[in-house]
Amino acid sequence: MAVGSTLSASEDVCRGIMSRLEDCGFSREDLFAVHLALQEAFINAVRHGNKMDLNRQVKIEYSIDSDKIEITVADEGDGFDPQAVPDPRCGENLYKPGGRGLLLMCSYMDVVEHNQQGNSVCMVRHRERPPLTEDLRRKQA
Amino acid sequence: MAEIKPRISVEYAENATIVSFVDENILEEMDIRALQETIMSVIDQTERINLILDFGNVRFLSSAVLGLLIRISKRVYEQDGQLKLCSINPKIYEVFKITRLTKTFDIYNDLESATRD
Repeated sequence: MAVGSTLSASEDVCRGIMSRLEDCGFSREDLFAVHLALQEAFINAVRHGNKMDLNRQVKIEYSIDSDKIEITVADEGDGFDPQAVPDPRCGENLYKPGGRGLLLMCSYMDVVEHNQQGNSVCMVRHRERPPLTEDLRRKQA
Repeated sequence: MAEIKPRISVEYAENATIVSFVDENILEEMDIRALQETIMSVIDQTERINLILDFGNVRFLSSAVLGLLIRISKRVYEQDGQLKLCSINPKIYEVFKITRLTKTFDIYNDLESATRD
C-alpha cells in the first residue's frame, strides 16, 4: 500500500500490522520491536527519502507467516548509503539529536537490507518463540 | 500541580521540577515539537533547574524523543542545572541501552529515588 509523505500517515498502517501480529500470536516483545522499526523506517522514508514532499509517496508492503514478519518500506527519493551513516553511539555523535533510527531498526529486526539505490529497506523479524510443531510437542511430552 | 493538556504535567517540588509525560505513546512530530516548546519554557523559568523527567506512563517512543531529550539536556546543562530521568519501562530502557544513552543520562528507578538524590 502507498501512503502520503506526512509523519502521521503511518498510523493506520502500523495499527493494522500490530493487530495482525497480535491475532497471529506474536509476543509483546515482537510487537514492540516491529512497531519501533516500522516507525523509524517510515520516518526515514518521509524525512530523508521523500524530503517531506507531499507529492511523493511511501510504499509499505508486509507479509506475516507462522514464524516471521517481513516488511518493506520504499520511498521515492534518491536513496542513501547505509554504510555511510555514522554510529550514533560513538564520540560526539552520542550528543547529537539525530541518527539513531537505523541503529534501532538493525537492533530490533533480525534482517535489515537496503536495495542498491538505498531508497527501499526490507526488514524481517522472526517470532520471539516460534510455536511448537506437533512433532516437537510430542517429543517434549 | 499545573497540567499542560494532554502531554505533560508539571509539579514544582521543594528542590526539583518534576515533568511527567501523560501519554503512553510519544511518536508524533507535532507532539514532540509541542513537548520541546513546553519543556524548554519550564527550564527557562527556573534558575539552575533540577529537572526530573518521569516516564512512568510511557510505553512507546521513537528515536525522535531521544533527540528531544538530548536537546533538553543541552539546555539544562547550559544553565548549570541538573537532569534526571526516572520510572522508565524496561522495554524503553532497552532502547536507551542500545543507543548508549544510559551513559549520558542519570536514570533512576523511580521518582522517589530521583527526588531524594
